[in-house]
Amino acid sequence: MGELAAFIILAIVTLLPAVVVVTSRNLVRAAMSLIPSFLGVTGLFVLLQAEFVAGIQILIYAGAIAVLILFVIMLTQGGTGTALRQVNEQQLVGGLVAGALTIALLGLLLRTPWPLVAGTLPRSNVAAVGGAFLTNFILAFEISSLVLLVSLVGALVIARREQ
Amino acid sequence: MLLDWLYVAVFAVVGIIMAALPLAVVWLLAPRADYPQKRLTYESGVVPFGQAWAQFNIRYYLFALIFVLFEVEVIYLFPWAVVFREFINRQLGGFVFVEALLFIVILGMGLIYAWRKGALEWV
Repeated sequence: MGELAAFIILAIVTLLPAVVVVTSRNLVRAAMSLIPSFLGVTGLFVLLQAEFVAGIQILIYAGAIAVLILFVIMLTQGGTGTALRQVNEQQLVGGLVAGALTIALLGLLLRTPWPLVAGTLPRSNVAAVGGAFLTNFILAFEISSLVLLVSLVGALVIARREQ
Repeated sequence: MLLDWLYVAVFAVVGIIMAALPLAVVWLLAPRADYPQKRLTYESGVVPFGQAWAQFNIRYYLFALIFVLFEVEVIYLFPWAVVFREFINRQLGGFVFVEALLFIVILGMGLIYAWRKGALEWV
């Protein structure tokens, strides 16, 4: 009961700012609205007892990604200070695609036999993730550092060419 | 377990009330008078010029990006640090240590590259 109430509140906290993100004429406001939306998603992760993912969600998404998006907006010439229409002339086609996607997802949702047996939670979320990193997913762990390295070098190359 | 998070919910609600209450009190009690000086960024201060929404220098973005990358690195290392002792007890300490060392060295090369390219300097 309490869990359902928490889910509904968190869903509202997630969805209301998300609507602002796609409708606001002010780009900075749209970007800032991402933050409460991310925080709502954090709450949903907590409801699923995925505390580690919730922590990452706050640190990376609400902290870093939102800052990066704001910087990108402020770096662009036409991005700041201008009112923006977020809809274009393709409303009919867009609506049709969105409707079709909704029907497809609903069909998927209703047809999938969801397992009703409760899984067992690890005693510690972080330890489970760490253990997985160092045993089964060691290659992914090391490759992620390479991905980070490539993105750093790529960003430096692009940014230095701009100067 | 999940009930522990009720504390967080209570803190969030109290925090929102603490922020909203002064604004609400001002809205209820304060007299309203509007004149041009009141809308200045710094009242009785330097008169601002230009727009606050200027185009930013790309350097800010570089710093933000480097910050994000190393934040992600720290987050990857956090679960490693939590289970490290457990792996030592299983006689796998050296192997796990080398794994993390490899991870840090690969990213350290990125830091050295940024350093050598002068991306860490504010010219």
